[in-house]
Amino acid sequence: MIRISGLSHSIAGTPILRDIDLTIPRGGITALIGPNGAGKSTLLSLIARLQKIQTGTITVGDLTIGTASDQDLARTLAVMAQSSHVQARLRLSELVSFGRYPWNRGRPGPQDHARVEQALERFGLIPLRDRFLDEISGGQRQRAFAAMAYVQDTPYLLLDEPLNNLDIAAARDLMSLVRDMADTDGRTVVIVLHDINYATAFADHLVVMKDGAIAAQGRPDQTVSEALLEQVFGTRARVEILQDRPVVLV
Amino acid sequence: MSDTALAPARSRRRILPLSLRLWGLLILLVACAAGYMLIGAEAPWSFLLPYRGAKLAALVLVGVALSVATVVFQTLTANRILTPSLMGFDALYIFVLTLMVHSLGATAYANIPVGLIFTINLGSMALLGLLLFAVLLRLARGDMVRLVLTGIVLGLLIRSITEFVQRLIDPNEFQTVQSLSVARFTQVDTGLLALSSLAIGVGLVLAWRLRLRLDVLALGDAAATGLGEPPAKLQRHAMLVICLLVASATALVGPMASQGAGPSSFFGLIVTAIAHVLTPTHRHSVLLPSAALIGGIILVGGQLMAERVFALATPLIVVIELIGGGVFLIVLLKRRAA
Ligand SMILES: Nc1ncnc2c1ncn2[C@@H]1O[C@H](COP(=O)(O)OP(=O)(O)O)[C@@H](O)[C@H]1O
Ligand SMILES: [Mg+2]
Repeated sequence: MIRISGLSHSIAGTPILRDIDLTIPRGGITALIGPNGAGKSTLLSLIARLQKIQTGTITVGDLTIGTASDQDLARTLAVMAQSSHVQARLRLSELVSFGRYPWNRGRPGPQDHARVEQALERFGLIPLRDRFLDEISGGQRQRAFAAMAYVQDTPYLLLDEPLNNLDIAAARDLMSLVRDMADTDGRTVVIVLHDINYATAFADHLVVMKDGAIAAQGRPDQTVSEALLEQVFGTRARVEILQDRPVVLV
Repeated sequence: MSDTALAPARSRRRILPLSLRLWGLLILLVACAAGYMLIGAEAPWSFLLPYRGAKLAALVLVGVALSVATVVFQTLTANRILTPSLMGFDALYIFVLTLMVHSLGATAYANIPVGLIFTINLGSMALLGLLLFAVLLRLARGDMVRLVLTGIVLGLLIRSITEFVQRLIDPNEFQTVQSLSVARFTQVDTGLLALSSLAIGVGLVLAWRLRLRLDVLALGDAAATGLGEPPAKLQRHAMLVICLLVASATALVGPMASQGAGPSSFFGLIVTAIAHVLTPTHRHSVLLPSAALIGGIILVGGQLMAERVFALATPLIVVIELIGGGVFLIVLLKRRAA
């Protein structure tokens, strides 16, 4: 369970997050949605300790962000990195191995190699293992980063808009893998998505943000409605129920 | 998946394993060192051995120290075109030198024990490093670009103050400053060698111990944090190592950038560019020794060529700067095109 209480954040005097209280349940996929600038990335980066918490507290499992050790946190919470930030010229399998770092501190043993091998297999990356990261497609790269987060073997996983720039095949592919991590391995996934239809299709729980606050949350079928779209996103779009799931007609 | 058919499977393994390449570099360095000691021996060995030995040791020490410092610095700043000399070490060295010559006079300066000068230089550069990295790192809030820019500006500032002071001193003294303002490997004091090898040795051990953490840092700040290696902590440790290595090397032989006015010391740039070509990997356990060996080879081999083959009057560093300028352009243009 991720518990956020009294969390406020401001940059240069401008409030970005306003007194957020939120509990993200253990297990399953929780999707963060909301208009651009709502503060989703900021919230995620505070959980991921990429920024310092100004006011409020965040606990992940039984660890408190800010006081728990870096290593304990890295063994509890994985953040799927954005592929565009890697400068080093890495082969795909080398990238995935880095996911084991919190456990082996850079000295991989046989069980680490086995784990990486298994992840490459599971994510369908075996044929690409010796390619450099700049020699594969965006979708394949995202899959590699997902595999890296997978071998980190953490109960919690954070992803910020992993579907950016992916075509429909790559996007569905990646979401199925994430879904599988939640179902098969019982991981708690928190994911920022900008396409509401992906959120309703893959998530168990939705958290809707607007102007640095939580506007709504709950099961997708009980949360997404034409009223919500108008109120939070300021757009009139039809919402149809297809196969028991709300679908936004764009 | 449709793309599997295109995969070149396992055929992309390296032709020559990295470990073999490192051994090759080591052999090359030993060969250069042997050549430097043995070629053109015209004086008795009792004189040549300690004389050449001291120079050789200085060349290797400086080459290794600056190369390792540059690799660490480039990982820290996530770039391949900057070197730590950008941060004003060379400028400070010349400033201190100018101040001493100006206040004491050229003759008195010449009479100061070398150990004392070394200590003053190392001390002042360590102080600058501390200022840059302890105070500015905090002010720049871990923003390396801002830190590097501040370093450049600080270097410029020191340089202009130096120029101002140089206008005040007489031409004779100016000559002294000029001749000491570029790295030289002509007369090396053995006491100095002992001091600096101690300092550089400590720096190298510390750098080696950072190698696995630097690998993680090269993945980017966010990824490193997620893996339990937050950059801020690592930056402090790494900057300390860089300071120690560059300050000791500069205090031993003088600035590696000619006149301390180059945009960067091209030496480190050449070394890392070659290291990335000869031993292409992200792993610092390979990159650090590889750069160290290449640095040694360039300085020892270069000095051997300059002294014995071409009998050059120009200091080796000037030649290196010239070649380095070319390498700099190539690295820069290649990165743009990529
Ligand atoms: N570094 C920053 N400096 C100033 N404002 C920022 C910064 N980062 C984010 N913001 C502002 O904070 C708000 C929330 O941003 P963000 O968390 O990225 O939103 P989202 O991910 O929901 O689109 C936006 O209004 C954005 O302009
Ligand atoms: Mg965002």
